[in-house]
Amino acid sequence: MEPIIAMRHVDKWFGQFHVLKDINLEIKQREKIVICGPSGSGKSTLIRCINRLEEHQKGQIVVDGVELTNDLKNIEHTRREVGMVFQHFNLFPHMTVLENLTLAPIWVRKMPKAAAEERAMQMLLRVRIPEQASKYPGQLSGGQQQRVAIARSLCMNPKIMLFDEPTSALDPEMIKEVLDVMIELAREGMTMLCVSHEMGFARQVADRVIFMDQGEIIEQNEPHEFFNNPKSDRTKLFLSQILGH
Amino acid sequence: MGGQGLSREFVGHLVALLGVALIAMACVVWLGVSPIEVSARQLFWAGILVLALSTLVAPAARWPNWQAQSGSALRWVRNNFFSNSWNALLTIVAVYFIVKLAPPAIDWLFVKATWGEATPEACRAAKGACWAMIQEKHRVIFFGRYPFFEHWRPLLGICLLVTMVLVSCFRRFWRPWIGLVWAGGSIAFFLVMWGGSLAVNYRTVAAVATVAAIAAGFKFAGPGSNLRSLFMAIAALLFVLAVGGGSILAVLDAIAKALFGSERVFSDLGAASFAIPTGLSFVPTALWGGLPLTLLLSVVGIIVSFPLAILLALGRRSKMPLIRTFCVGYIELIRGVPLISLLFVAAFLLPLFLPQGVEIGDLLRAQVAIILFAAAYLAEVIRGGLQAIPRGQFEAADALGLGYWQKMGKVVLPQAITIVIPPIVNTFIGLFKDTSLVSIVSLTDLLLATKDMAIADVNWRAFYAEGYIFAALIYFVFCFFMSQYSQHLERSFETGRRKRR
Repeated sequence: MEPIIAMRHVDKWFGQFHVLKDINLEIKQREKIVICGPSGSGKSTLIRCINRLEEHQKGQIVVDGVELTNDLKNIEHTRREVGMVFQHFNLFPHMTVLENLTLAPIWVRKMPKAAAEERAMQMLLRVRIPEQASKYPGQLSGGQQQRVAIARSLCMNPKIMLFDEPTSALDPEMIKEVLDVMIELAREGMTMLCVSHEMGFARQVADRVIFMDQGEIIEQNEPHEFFNNPKSDRTKLFLSQILGH
Repeated sequence: MGGQGLSREFVGHLVALLGVALIAMACVVWLGVSPIEVSARQLFWAGILVLALSTLVAPAARWPNWQAQSGSALRWVRNNFFSNSWNALLTIVAVYFIVKLAPPAIDWLFVKATWGEATPEACRAAKGACWAMIQEKHRVIFFGRYPFFEHWRPLLGICLLVTMVLVSCFRRFWRPWIGLVWAGGSIAFFLVMWGGSLAVNYRTVAAVATVAAIAAGFKFAGPGSNLRSLFMAIAALLFVLAVGGGSILAVLDAIAKALFGSERVFSDLGAASFAIPTGLSFVPTALWGGLPLTLLLSVVGIIVSFPLAILLALGRRSKMPLIRTFCVGYIELIRGVPLISLLFVAAFLLPLFLPQGVEIGDLLRAQVAIILFAAAYLAEVIRGGLQAIPRGQFEAADALGLGYWQKMGKVVLPQAITIVIPPIVNTFIGLFKDTSLVSIVSLTDLLLATKDMAIADVNWRAFYAEGYIFAALIYFVFCFFMSQYSQHLERSFETGRRKRR
């Protein structure tokens, strides 16, 4: 089967700093990937390249059959099909939850307002906060905001979802409610790429866990093997650091 | 320490009470009710000093609870004016200046003032403010050189402008149809101010059709739909025709000739026109003046410079070097030059550069200068707001697939502009007062009308202060309104958005 995301020999620099080094990665439809690694290892940059929030300088990235180049049409196409959830939610604070959810469907997908609102309510139901529809993001807890952010992406009916450390800005008691939503999403067959340190989540849903360090993919394996039988020393060190206590 | 502290504070309270008693006596003496033979002034100052002394005995901040019940007026005086020695000193200085300045001011402004109708001689005899001068001259202050017996027309004009502004102040009216209100109101304003007869030709028709196309686009097509884009495109074409006039017709003719070999079809159509008489005498813009002129210049200045400023601010942050350079150059150039010099250029130099036969009225030229000037300042204010928006907001909009204008219009600008409401209104207030500079290109705005029309009268020349005070009051009313409205707007935007936790 043709991979839905293919990265071939991708390199990226921030000025002199080599953030991504010869990344090769193929992701099949319905596959769930968790990317972990120490901070500054390039995990976020990697998934931000997939919807062109960051521009890669060498190599090729093909998403859903469309190659990412400077062509605005391709970028727009990719962004319509790829949803993204950020560490700091990035909800629009001047709009109600419902307006946050219907903005892109109305303006990008050209959906009629009523249909967009109906879909938004379905998505809110799915992330279990339909009663917050008319509130502003500032009135919600962190966990609720992140679930709204997930619902906002889902309203665009994306083929792929990117999660950039979705739980690291949350208070511990709110992490579970967000992870539950993500697990459900995974069960429904969404193609997912998560940058996350939630190893329990990785064990439960991931088809593959990828370990990155210093801009390189060091190791990738299915979760059981990855956690119980890591090959590289760097992976072992990292796992001992985050699981060690 | 408790007992000692209590007694000390008790003494302080008694001293303060004595001070208030002295001031009360001063009032009694001043009103002439008391038979005591002392000066009210000395009693008053003695009271103030005793109150100040009470802060040395015990500062008001350390008052115990039992005083909460005793004499709330005394408590209020001590807490607000004599809470400690430093504040007591400030109070004494402030009271001194008020006592020195307020009585003569009140005397001049109200007590000895001449109200209603009176002759200059009567005013001089009264030795107070001569409000009779305002009574006599208010019409020329308000309306400048506008023909005296037509003054109802500029009055109606003021009402139209003020009504449109007030209607636009309500957020619930911020709907597309407000554009129709402005279009209709502006047409009515110019009709009533100009009078004469209304020439209807292809340009008038195109202008009306532009508005109609925009209205239809909002009414019959959903947001972001292709149908709405089509309506907007038609509106843009019609607008170009209305503004471009003859040169557009010439282009159309050239195209028609190339395609069909026909001659001057469009130009002949363009020549067709008929006139609708309004029944009012024609008053050229050179005679417009006073408050309607000031309001027109500021209202149009604000409305047009605002979108222009947004474009300039966005342009300055653009990734495209050509656009960025142009915007930076424009902003820096205009900000580096005084408004007066811009007005001079617009009034005296611009006509020299214009091709033969093209004429732009004085009023329009001054208006354009004001717009260009205000836009440069506003652009920087708005750019400040744009800088304050976190990168995450841009990224979230990008990730959702919103295009540049959708991202800016729906996500970034609404937040950015809300942040900079105070400095935006600051700029608008500045613009409102700067319109008085158009007097140097001989437009009779409110201030020049006061100076040249009211004060210039030999009989009333002595009372220039009254004239300026009156003009200042009018300016103040409008500026104060803007300031209050800006605060109201800030509050209304903040509701519900701020974190409540």
